[in-house]
Amino acid sequence: MADDPMLPRVARVRRRRRDGPQVWTLETEPEGGSLAAFAAGQFNMLTAFGVGEVPISVSGDPAEPGRLLHTIRAVGPVSTALTRLEAGAALGIRGPFGAGWPMSEAAGRDVVIVAGGLGLAPLRPALYRLLAERPRYGRIVLLYGTRGPEEILFRREIESWRRRLDIDIEVTVDHATAAWHGHVGVVTTLLARAGFDPHQALALVCGPEIMMRFAAAALGEAGVADEAIWLAVERNMKCGIGHCGHCQLGPVLVCRDGPVFRYDRLRTLLPVKEM
Amino acid sequence: MPTDADQLLAVTLDGLSGLIAALIRRGYRVAGPTVRDGIIGYDEIASLEDLPRGWSDEQRGGHYRLVRRDDEALFGYAVGPHSWKRYLHPPLLQLWRARRNGDATALESDPRPRERFAFIGVRSCELHAIAIQDEVFLRGRHADPHYRARRDGAVLIAVNCAVAGGTCFCASMKTGPRATAGFDIALTELITDEGHLFLAASGTDIGRELLAQTPHRNATPEQAATAEKIVDRTAQRMGRQMRSDDLHDLLLRNLDHPRWSEVADRCLSCGNCTMVCPTCFCTAVEDSSDLTGAEVSRSRRWDSCFSVDFSYLHGGSVRQSVRSRYRQWMTHKLATWHDQFGSSGCVGCGRCITWCPVGIDITEEVRAIRESGHS
Repeated sequence: MADDPMLPRVARVRRRRRDGPQVWTLETEPEGGSLAAFAAGQFNMLTAFGVGEVPISVSGDPAEPGRLLHTIRAVGPVSTALTRLEAGAALGIRGPFGAGWPMSEAAGRDVVIVAGGLGLAPLRPALYRLLAERPRYGRIVLLYGTRGPEEILFRREIESWRRRLDIDIEVTVDHATAAWHGHVGVVTTLLARAGFDPHQALALVCGPEIMMRFAAAALGEAGVADEAIWLAVERNMKCGIGHCGHCQLGPVLVCRDGPVFRYDRLRTLLPVKEM
Repeated sequence: MPTDADQLLAVTLDGLSGLIAALIRRGYRVAGPTVRDGIIGYDEIASLEDLPRGWSDEQRGGHYRLVRRDDEALFGYAVGPHSWKRYLHPPLLQLWRARRNGDATALESDPRPRERFAFIGVRSCELHAIAIQDEVFLRGRHADPHYRARRDGAVLIAVNCAVAGGTCFCASMKTGPRATAGFDIALTELITDEGHLFLAASGTDIGRELLAQTPHRNATPEQAATAEKIVDRTAQRMGRQMRSDDLHDLLLRNLDHPRWSEVADRCLSCGNCTMVCPTCFCTAVEDSSDLTGAEVSRSRRWDSCFSVDFSYLHGGSVRQSVRSRYRQWMTHKLATWHDQFGSSGCVGCGRCITWCPVGIDITEEVRAIRESGHS
């Protein structure tokens, strides 16, 4: 059945790269040609054959659909099995699914990216596009927080971006030893020093839900309107196509209506316990 | 398709028998109500003899019993624990299997069922439930080919309800008891001095064609009036009522109402309500493999938002308390379903009330929130 959205394609691991403790980025190549082009912020359902399937954001450049990257933290049986796949191994892949970052709305505006931990992975496709089309945007700010310095994702890439003069990057960690000379503290503390115009800025936020709530509140206090803040939400997903019911967050199906949402749509939902 | 008296045909028991035989001859897999395991459930039927002739059901919160009628009615009961989703959206379904052969891995899926379905005895609430699942599985950006393969070409023979069950509230949800759309044929069972008859209206071309080949007479105006009266009487005898026009905002305004904790003290979180609900569609997937890992498969099974695992994310479940899981189920059914799929997810069939082991009554829970919540 050609048009079965639940039927994965077989893909091969081309390269596997360690990007942090328990975190690996897989470069995969679907057999029989690329998947449909993906937008920054979209995700695929990845299958470890015989183990299961999980939703994983695409972490590569949308302009290079042939180089399909997913950055995965080994936390459960499926993600662990995926991160153990070596070059040449087979996995299943279907997608891309969901609504991504509002790249077209970013044109002409300052863009503030607030990332926490692995939340940088779904934001990296947006960063690639922003930097590739740099003149189209105002100031670009990346504020990134992790638990510790060893957990900084894509470290070499962040360092190379930092050498550019057209993006402001601040990194903070929750805990560090004396060997760390950067900021210590939660990512929202970086907002005050970030130079962007809150009245015309667009904010893209991804990280643990509690971090996103605080980031959205801090952005709001800085003067950014709810309608200019976008968050990527994570929920249990079994299908990716709005049929399994697992990813409900009140009125929305995260896989179908998100995972990227404008904050005004989630503002009253996120604080409700166990929603 | 409007169904007025002019199009009503009177069909005898023999005629209905012939209709079932004709469907079987045409290659349909005919499913209908039948008595088994102390309930009236849906199963494949071979003839009129399999229908629950002379049986009715007695229902209230947490209570269901078959009772004998004092006539030979075939459809003189409300609804049992089964719904048609067991055929259109099966409880367990293999999605695909994969074989590894040396270096190559090949995936195959085969969503085509072997036969087409004909359902006999579909109630108006169930026609609405099927339409609601159509919306979920067929009308979004991605259609479910497994559901489509079962749904397309299925013949629906509806029955207008002559009995209101003790937990029925379709009149409140505006989903019954009269079948108004979505059927191929709609029957009303008449047992009068003239004998045992079915007044039949067709809703589609296939329905018209099937009826044309079934021995019939034109219904008399008196018969048509009697049929109307039967359904009107059913509408007036609903076992439950629930005001439904304001539910979306009412429930979403009251997500912190103390009633959720109160109902959680009674709720066993067993998921029965989601299994018997004709619109609940949630599923989980399970992968399995042979010992060598050379052959793997994925199957899909009904899941329930009452299980802790349902909302599992690394680190724990989003909805750990029974309070939050009951609230999820009820607010989804009555409120957020509107946001997600453009209608209520409740058709007022009452199954969740009847089959709740502790008799939790959705209409009563709504009433409690309405009477003391933020309005």
